[in-house]
Amino acid sequence: MDTLQPILDRYPGAGRDALIPILQTVQEAEGFLSPEAITRVGKHLGLPASKVFGVATFYNQFRFQPLGKYHIQVCRGTACHVKGSLGTLETLQRMLDLKPGSTTRDGLFSLETVACLGACGLAPVVCVNGEFFAGVTPDTLKKLVDGVKQREVAHAASH
Amino acid sequence: MPPRTETARCWEAPPAPSPHVLSLLGLSGEDGARTLELLRRQRLQRPAIFVGTGTCGLGAGAGKTLSAVRKHLQARAIEADVVEVGCIGLCSDEPLVDVQFPGRQRLSYRGVTEDKVPALLDGVWAGQVKGPSLVGQFSSPGLEPWPKLPRLEDHPFFAPQTRWVLANCGIIDPASLEEYASRGGYGALHHSLTSLTPEAVCDAVERSGLRGRGGGGFPSGKKWHIARQQEATQKYLICNADEGDPGAFMDRAVIEGDPHRLVEGMAIAGYAIGASQGYVYIRAEYPLAIRRLAAAIEQARGVGLLGKGIFGTSFDFDIRLKQGAGAFVCGEETALINSIEGRRGMPRPRPPYPAERGAFGKPTVINNVETLANVPVVIGRGADAFAAVGTEGSKGTKVFALSGKVSRTGLAEVAMGTTVRQIVFEVGGGIPDGKAYKAVQIGGPSGGCIPASHLDIQVDYESLKSVGAMMGSGGLVVMDEGTCMVDVAKFFMDFIQRESCGKCIPCREGTRRMLEVLEAITRGRRSEKDADALERFQGVMALNELADVIKDTSLCGLGQSAPNPVLSTLRWFRDEYEAHVYDRRCPAGVCAQLLTYTIDEEACRGCTLCMRKCPTGAIMGAAKSPHYVIQDKCIACGTCLTVCRTHAVLVS
Repeated sequence: MDTLQPILDRYPGAGRDALIPILQTVQEAEGFLSPEAITRVGKHLGLPASKVFGVATFYNQFRFQPLGKYHIQVCRGTACHVKGSLGTLETLQRMLDLKPGSTTRDGLFSLETVACLGACGLAPVVCVNGEFFAGVTPDTLKKLVDGVKQREVAHAASH
Repeated sequence: MPPRTETARCWEAPPAPSPHVLSLLGLSGEDGARTLELLRRQRLQRPAIFVGTGTCGLGAGAGKTLSAVRKHLQARAIEADVVEVGCIGLCSDEPLVDVQFPGRQRLSYRGVTEDKVPALLDGVWAGQVKGPSLVGQFSSPGLEPWPKLPRLEDHPFFAPQTRWVLANCGIIDPASLEEYASRGGYGALHHSLTSLTPEAVCDAVERSGLRGRGGGGFPSGKKWHIARQQEATQKYLICNADEGDPGAFMDRAVIEGDPHRLVEGMAIAGYAIGASQGYVYIRAEYPLAIRRLAAAIEQARGVGLLGKGIFGTSFDFDIRLKQGAGAFVCGEETALINSIEGRRGMPRPRPPYPAERGAFGKPTVINNVETLANVPVVIGRGADAFAAVGTEGSKGTKVFALSGKVSRTGLAEVAMGTTVRQIVFEVGGGIPDGKAYKAVQIGGPSGGCIPASHLDIQVDYESLKSVGAMMGSGGLVVMDEGTCMVDVAKFFMDFIQRESCGKCIPCREGTRRMLEVLEAITRGRRSEKDADALERFQGVMALNELADVIKDTSLCGLGQSAPNPVLSTLRWFRDEYEAHVYDRRCPAGVCAQLLTYTIDEEACRGCTLCMRKCPTGAIMGAAKSPHYVIQDKCIACGTCLTVCRTHAVLVS
């Protein structure tokens, strides 16, 4: 099914100032910006795909790879850094064998660093699919990831 | 420290509501007066339970607490209202739950996680109000106080504060326009539209001494005057809610806890400069704030507080939300305009200033959330009363986001002129675990550090600049002796070089070079080859010079202040840099590569786990006998430390 057309239809005759909102809506619907989405958004707005891609790559929010089923955001704000978020990130990288900005091959996990989640009072913070985990340590992370993996294995076995 | 008088209290009694706003909301007359009492929580029909569900509260588990409260009330068949409120600011004590019984003052409890809900509510309903989790009671005139219970305003976190912008945060239901109006909300807008000319509003703001709270500190009234004087068919007001500073979250808290204050401030600003269209450029990372603000705008539109002919005058104003897409540089006003126009968020040269030619080529005023949230305070209190609080050059209050190595973290609003010591040691309760204070980082990546010797400095735009720091947007990160200042500088340079938009070469390349220099001095001898040592020394020597070039030749505020974290740490913590450069030692024990790993023979059980995990084969030993580290092979990655189950790996 085409998810793109209904989104573009919502912006009839739109100008360049609608570019970022459209890209945001597309990413929300599809999880990432595919090459096809970029060309079609460009055609709709009368902009070359290169311009659209240029804008999209400038902003941290846009992704060009599908997200994992569990999207883990590690806050790298100052407060989190002082409380040891680099260790948090490294632990996750090691546990998932994943670099920030990429997705595991089974599509289960994706990892991302964010500048600040704005929950500095609870540092260090990790956000999984929009749910916040405060004051995380390597141990709590291990439990979290192992829990997810077990649940997924059990889920796969039951099908 | 000036003695606090009885009048200077954290919370003041909320102002009386404006009768015009009340009639607009259908709250006039006798019925209205009764509803008003309910809204102001002076009268309660049944007990009420308030749960703080800001992002920080939710992070601490307030969502689960909320459903546990509802379930408990159902199970006990108790009739009570459950109200979601914003964040009162005491993040370290989240989740916070308040209980109020009819006729009595409201009580506040901390750390109420899901599992503690039944015991707490059962206890309170049985009359045991004084539990270990009690924070205090709110003082509300006309309601019976609880005997012998501490007052919230005497709590060390709240006592030194002056809450103007945060007056309603954590107290009212942010989803209720009526509740905001019942506490004087939109009265300042009505007063401005019906009794003041746009020029008089600009004058009042200028006379109040209100300066931009987003970092620059430009006098807001002056900016408004410039925009007002421009001839144009269309003008724009933009609220900058792209709170990109790592370590700052006051804008989020204001929007989540009191969104109507921002809407009112924007409408007044729009009237003053002659703009009919306002934008809020808000971070996409703040979904809850976006939801609450969108709801508030919708409500205001519904009753005619936004839209055409507000309060029967000829003034039209409406607000649209624009979601930022995550770029720190978009906090810079010209970059923000580019982003709104659908371009890469790169700054433009100024002049022309946005107040002359901004968004879509029209005169545009850009103010930060906190600045605009201050506007109803300025108009409501009067410019002179506003200017009476603060220092010579900085008036009013400032909200700080207190975080890092401090006992109580959260949001604190203090009068300008309060000392940093008061904020860290009174509001924040000092450094936990008996450690020593080292520095406080203020102003985010563009700011600087304040060492112990300058703790008594006043919060004020000019005095902060005199020690190489800046007000910034108000992030205050406290650091103790376990924090390495070189590592902090490296952290900020890493952030800035990633966020540099790339337009000016000195900023794009210079910040990267600075990061490389810092990386070189925190790298271990083990990974150093040939001429690396020479480059390391040369780099350090050129650091100051490079900083000057970046400062002088960058176009925007980001580049001009990019070297600040390095300069400020170099200025106050030179000894730490020297320890890294000459002794190859990290005094705080943070820089991993400069650490030496050894294995405690007593504690090691010879499980061989570290040996198997060591990426360079630097650990030797037979099974069931103590292992040891071959220092020449060790790359100090720390893997052995994390995998060891018996805590036998020692770091020095």
